[in-house]
Parts: sequence; C-alpha cells; structure tokens
Amino acid sequence: MVTRTAPSHLTARERARRTARGGASRSVPAPLLAPALIAAAFLVLPLAGLLIRAPWGHLVAALSGSDATQALVLSLWTATVTTGVSLVIGVPLAWVLARSSFPGQRLLRALVTLPLVLPPVVGGVALLLAFSRVGFVGRYLDDWFGLTIPFTPLAVVMAETFVAMPFLIITVEGALRSADRGFEEAAATLGATRMTVFRRVTVPLVAPSLGAGAVLCWARALGEFGATITFAGSFPGQTETMPIAVYYALENDPNAAIALSLVLLLVSVVVLVSLRDRWLRGGSIL
Amino acid sequence: MRHEGEDGLVVDAEIRRGSFSLAVSLAAAPGQVLGVLGPNGAGKSTLLSAAAGLTPVSAGRIMLAGQVMDDADAGTFVEASGRPVGFVFQNYRLFPHLTVAENVAFSPRARGLGRRAARSAASHWIDRLRLTDLADRKPDQLSGGQAQRVALARALAGQPTLLLLDEPLSALDAGTRLDVQAELKRHLADFTGPCLLVTHDPLEALVLADQLIVLEDGRIVQEGTPAHIARRPATDYVAKLVGLNLYAGHADGSQVALTGGGAFVIPDQGQHGEVLVAVRPSALVVSNQRPQPSSARNTWPAKIAGLTLLADRVRLDLDGQPPALADVTPAAVAELSLDAGSQVWLTVKATELEVYNHDHIRPEGSPSCSWRRVCG
Repeated sequence: MVTRTAPSHLTARERARRTARGGASRSVPAPLLAPALIAAAFLVLPLAGLLIRAPWGHLVAALSGSDATQALVLSLWTATVTTGVSLVIGVPLAWVLARSSFPGQRLLRALVTLPLVLPPVVGGVALLLAFSRVGFVGRYLDDWFGLTIPFTPLAVVMAETFVAMPFLIITVEGALRSADRGFEEAAATLGATRMTVFRRVTVPLVAPSLGAGAVLCWARALGEFGATITFAGSFPGQTETMPIAVYYALENDPNAAIALSLVLLLVSVVVLVSLRDRWLRGGSIL
Repeated sequence: MRHEGEDGLVVDAEIRRGSFSLAVSLAAAPGQVLGVLGPNGAGKSTLLSAAAGLTPVSAGRIMLAGQVMDDADAGTFVEASGRPVGFVFQNYRLFPHLTVAENVAFSPRARGLGRRAARSAASHWIDRLRLTDLADRKPDQLSGGQAQRVALARALAGQPTLLLLDEPLSALDAGTRLDVQAELKRHLADFTGPCLLVTHDPLEALVLADQLIVLEDGRIVQEGTPAHIARRPATDYVAKLVGLNLYAGHADGSQVALTGGGAFVIPDQGQHGEVLVAVRPSALVVSNQRPQPSSARNTWPAKIAGLTLLADRVRLDLDGQPPALADVTPAAVAELSLDAGSQVWLTVKATELEVYNHDHIRPEGSPSCSWRRVCG
C-alpha cells in the first residue's frame, strides 16, 4: 500500500521561491535540526560570552595596563615577516612540488604538510632540538657565528614559519596543479624562458590563491602559541606574542585577558571578511 | 646539411605517444599556407606541437629555414622559447591578467626588448589588426572575432619565421566566421614565412590554404591543392567532407566493378586497374519507377534509408548496389512521395563520374619521401 502525504501549507513566499528557482522543499528534517543547533550554539556562545564579559567601560585602561601594546606590535610584525619569508621560500617549494618530479617527491610533500597536523608544541620541541645552543644545527651557528636563536624574536618568526608556511604551500601548490598549463605553453611559444613564464604568467594566474594562502598563513602565524612558547619562550617585548600574553594575563588580570582576546577576535574577523570578499567568493581556498 | 626543402619548414618525423603514432613528411615553402585537414585524433595538434617545440619528435627531424629545430638521431632540440615560431592556439590562450596591448607586447618583451620598445613593437601590430580601440581591454571583454585578431597580433609581434594556426576559426560563431576568415586570409597573404594551418573544417581549409595535406590516424592520406582534393578525394573521410560519393573499384576500359558491389559504365579512356570514382550527389537522378532507356548509362535500384533537409535541398541516404547520397529538391520529395523505406531508381550519366587512379595521393612537384622509416 502506498502511503500518501497529506497536503501541507505552502506559504506564498516559499511558493514564489520554488516556482522561480525550482527544487523541492528546503525544510530541515527534524533529526538534523537539533544537532545543527547545538553545533551552532557551541561555536557562537563562547564568542558571545567574550563580548558580554568584556570590560567595555575601561577597555583602554585594561589594554594599556598590561604589556598588550608590546605584545600586539610583536605579534603583528612577526606574523608579517613570517608571511613574507613564507612567500619568498614557500612559493618556490610549492612550484617544485607541483611541477617537477624527482625521487622522494611524495615523501617531501608529506613532510612539508606534516606541520599542519602536528601538535605545534611538538614543532617547538623539534625546533629546539635543531636550533638550540646544543642542537645539531644551532651548535654550529653558535660556534661559528655566535648566533643563539632560541628565546629571541627570530625564534618567534621561525616557530611561526614552521607552523604557518605549510598553509601557504598547500594552497599555492593546489592552485599550480589545477592552473591551465595552456597559458604557459603559449608563453613559451612567445619566447618566454621558464623563469619569465613563472614570473609573468604562472604567478599572476595563481595570484588569488597566493593571496588567500598568504592571509591564511598570516592568520595562523598571528595565533601561534605552542611552538612559539616552547621554542621562543615568553619574554615580554621580546618573544611574548598576543596569544601568550592572553594566556598569562588570564592568571593575573582577567579583564586584560578579555581585552586582548577581543583585539585578536577583531583582527580575525577583519581577516575573514577580507578573505570572503576577495578570495573565498563561491570557491575554495585550496 | 641543407635539406631540399630549402628555407621553409621541413618535417620528416615520427612522434609516438602510447599506442598512437604520427608519421609525416611534409614541406611548407615561405609564403605558403599549408593546410592540415583531418578528423579529431588524427594527430593534427601533435604536429603543430612538434613544430612549435612543445613536443619533441621520437624519430626523424624538423628543419626551419635551413636550421635544425629537432633531430632525434643527433639529439638536437631547440626549446619552444628559442624557436622563431608564432602559434595561434585553438582557444587563443590570451593571458587573462594582461590587457590586449600587454598580450601583444608579451613576445617582444620576452625576447629581450625593454618595456617601451616592446610597447612600440606591439603597437605596430595593434594598428595593423585594428585593435587600437581595444588596447586597454582584458581578454574577457573581447568578442570571439576580436580575440582571434589579438591572438594573431600576439603571434606575429614576435616576428616569427613560422606561423602555426590551430583551428583558428573554430571558436567563432557562424555569423562572424566569414568576416574573420576573409580578414585572416589577407593577413596570411602578408605573412612571408611558411604557415601551417590545422583544421577539421573543409571550407576553412579550402579557402585559406594554398596546399593541403589530409591526415588520418597519424598518416598523410592525400596531399595536393585544395581544388585537386575537393575534386578527387582519396578517402571516404575526405569525400564526406567535400560532399562527394566515393567508390573504390577495378576499371577495365569502359567498366568499373565496384569493390563494395555494383558497377559503373564510364567513358572509356583506357583505364585499367584500381581506381576511385567520385560522384556529386546532385548528379544523381532519382525516380520512383524504372526509367526508360536513355543516354544515361548507369541505372540501379535503391532504397531510401534516410532524408536530411539541407539549406535548399534534401539529401537522400540510399541503400543499394552501390549505396549513394543524392540531392533532390524538396518539391521532388513531395511529388515523388519519397520517404524512408521507399524504393527508387537512381540514374547517373557516365560523364558525371570522376574516375582517377588510387595512387594519386602525392601529385607531381610535391616533396618526395626522404626518410625511409616514415614512407617505408
């Protein structure tokens, strides 16, 4: 026997929508609705709490009462330098991974993307083992150049680059793989050398992904905590970035912690909006 | 060693890719437009790719203006960027991030001119191809015909010795096609080097090319002037393209016994042996009763398998000994009540039959095979 559904009411608006665009009912099945609402609440409520608990009256005082400005400046410049370094060395690596072939390429790609899933604190430990004064690379830097990396702003940049550069690399590599090679062939027949093709055709064509990757990289570097605190420590003005400042402020001065968090939230929202408008419209970042 | 193909393009090579093999021997003289006609997958684009240096040959060699571009035996290879070649790609491949002027200036700039010198070199071609008003536009703001002109200007701005055109008109709609075709013909006439034009459109080939080669399954099956090929096709593919019925058979004086069954009476010119017979569909007379004996010497029954309305006539697809395509007027279809399945009689005068030898693939005066592995 065939069960028939009783006629249901269709609002004029829904009727117009379905007529214009076609398609079946858009109403959400009940078993999906409750978990979806819980998930949304879980993601939104803590942020709302941050806004509700914010000491709006003395926000400025809370920020200036701590090392906030120092931490913010340090965070901004190290994240920016990290992004610059990642562009200079990460984009060529993305090209090599996408375009050339050599033994061990798959292994290299896996290793390059490993920091994406590696707990950052492990990255920090690894950096320490390599670059500390007794590390297998740091030993020679110290002996030959008197250069000590850990617990300096340079260590902050290195920790952030280790964690954030893979985001840029995989974004750009994906774009290079899917880019239309026809344009590069055309450029070659027009007399362009491989380097000219890269500079004048390949890079401009993947510019949107390059931008998206750079922003992702910058945002990841700005929020970096685990690798930084392990490898660079937390010396105010030297290596104490915003996330680390928030963490310590929470113990002594919760209002300052909330204020600092708000600043990071604001920066994140600005980044997200700029990404949405410029690069994420209807597409994927990868 | 200078090849007998002197200053033009000489290709005498084989390109193997998986199970596909393209083996051609051809020469294009300076100022000549050599059309390469063939179905999809025949190897036309591979040929252009090899001439441009985007695909190395597997065996044999490619010479341009007396210089070796690619020689598999000697291991010589000139990279694409080092060849004096202009390539107009099928979908033009205009750089989407550059303006028209920057696209045209790309080659002079890539070949070492400064920004300003490249611009002025480009502006010559921009004027010449009537692109002045479009110079600041991006490719996505161009019509198909305009994009085609930009692609041609961009290829010519590098001052190539060899021009390669891959289906130059296929991306255009029917309306603009004829105009662009006429203009392209003028520009090709001005080009002093050899030009290789690949197409699967017979009209394009007949109008634009001075000399044609027909490529099927990686082999040259016919070459000659467009007029020659249109009149005496060597394969079913070419016959279909130029709209002729083609039959292979054995001639014996005034009789041809057709390989697929049936026979024709032909004007006796003392022909013997394997021949091809070409007949225009409009030369066939269709009647629905056995015609009275007349001066027309060939009459045979056939059954209509299909009807297709062409612009001003109806093409009948006829099963018989031999099968044929015949063109009649729509009025005749109505008066004779012709329909799929109808039995009809076909008549054709012996003088309407074009009878020629099978081995007329390579007419005299064409380059002969110089490389035994290709021509075996």
